[in-house]
Amino acid sequence: MKNIKKILLVLIFISLNHSYVYSIEPDVFVQSTVNRASQILSKNITKEQKIDELKSIAKETVDIRGVGFYSLGSARKNLDENQKKIFFDLFESYFLKSFSSRLSEYTNPKIEVNGKEVLNKNYTIVNSLLIATNERPEIKIDWRIYTKNPDNPLIRDLIIEGLSLARTQKEEFASILNSNDGDINALFNTLEKFSKN
Amino acid sequence: MLRNLIIITISFLLLTLNANAGSDGEISLKNKEPKKIKDCFEKLNRATFAFNQGVDKAIIKPLAKSYRDLPDPVQRGTSNAVKNLSNLITIPNNVLQGDIKSAMINTARLAVNTTLGLLGTIDVANKMGFPKYEKEDYGQTLAVWGVGPGCYIVLPVLGPSTIRDTAGSFANVMGGDPWYNASVHGNNEFLSEGLYIASKAISGIDFRANNIESFDNLEKNSIDFYASVKSLYLQDRENKINNNQRGNIEVLYKDEEDWEEIDSK
Repeated sequence: MKNIKKILLVLIFISLNHSYVYSIEPDVFVQSTVNRASQILSKNITKEQKIDELKSIAKETVDIRGVGFYSLGSARKNLDENQKKIFFDLFESYFLKSFSSRLSEYTNPKIEVNGKEVLNKNYTIVNSLLIATNERPEIKIDWRIYTKNPDNPLIRDLIIEGLSLARTQKEEFASILNSNDGDINALFNTLEKFSKN
Repeated sequence: MLRNLIIITISFLLLTLNANAGSDGEISLKNKEPKKIKDCFEKLNRATFAFNQGVDKAIIKPLAKSYRDLPDPVQRGTSNAVKNLSNLITIPNNVLQGDIKSAMINTARLAVNTTLGLLGTIDVANKMGFPKYEKEDYGQTLAVWGVGPGCYIVLPVLGPSTIRDTAGSFANVMGGDPWYNASVHGNNEFLSEGLYIASKAISGIDFRANNIESFDNLEKNSIDFYASVKSLYLQDRENKINNNQRGNIEVLYKDEEDWEEIDSK
């Protein structure tokens, strides 16, 4: 009887534990994220309110630190801990402003997720289509999803018609560093200025 | 004759310069694009870019906006007609790249659209289920043949390019574009050099009109607009040269090392 009780307890524990820990498929994650963004963009609220709500979705679903690291390119290896902290604070403000401002231009966008391809254990590319309207043609959007933690997939890049936003951002950062003899403070100032404007 | 000689000399010089600039002195005939395309003339390029932005704001963007005010069928017809003419450059490049199947499809597309499609104003081939049209040009052919891109350059009014792509463009006026040959040298009372230039200008305005919001958005959200445009242009050319299509992820996402070592912790 004692043994049966023990086995039952273990089974209950395993089933409870299992119900809390489950992986989210990257394509389901992207579809649910775009549905949330789409709902916000179709709401009858001001542009500023839309931007605020989009920012909170981005904070949850985008690996902002990872994108920031990638955008820095090889310069990331030369930062000390204090510079890293300054960079990430500035980068988060810059990224959220730039990302939400780009998205807020769209009204009622319809995105259909239509496939995914696993690159490796850390990355899956999710394919989607932004449906055409009278004003613009159909646009292909691929999403680079970071799946190192399968329970918490995160967006690392958007590839629009084959053009990577993260790569573009990385090359912008590299250009600013090159024009200023690699001075990281020049990049900090540019990011700060962008966020304040 | 003298004009052709000058063009041939400039193209030859560009390609020679390209071989040197693209490979630090070694003649490169690589099959793959180098990872980093040098911006050898950055100061001049930035100045030309600023000039082009001025031209765009004063002339091209307002024209593109007026073009967008035209009735939809007129816009679509014009856009289809200039796209149809571009087949005349795409087809010889399909052949030069050894892609005979695409050359045949595009020849059939040109024939159908020029006749049934009333000089290309209606894309009948698309309605008949032809495969999606992919433009090819002499710059892409040179790349397929192994010529490296050379330095990045910004051309006045025409915008971003590379030494190789600029040299490739000269091929159009050296006999590589049947539309140019017929318009300029055709001794035809209906065609003229003016018509050729107008068709190229309309093609540019059509492209600009389709991208007004995207360009505005990009400019507003860039911390270095010049670098953004350069990056997007070079990515786009790379995709076109490699004929990257959806699903071809091993090509599109080959540059993985940089992502692999990123850990957000």
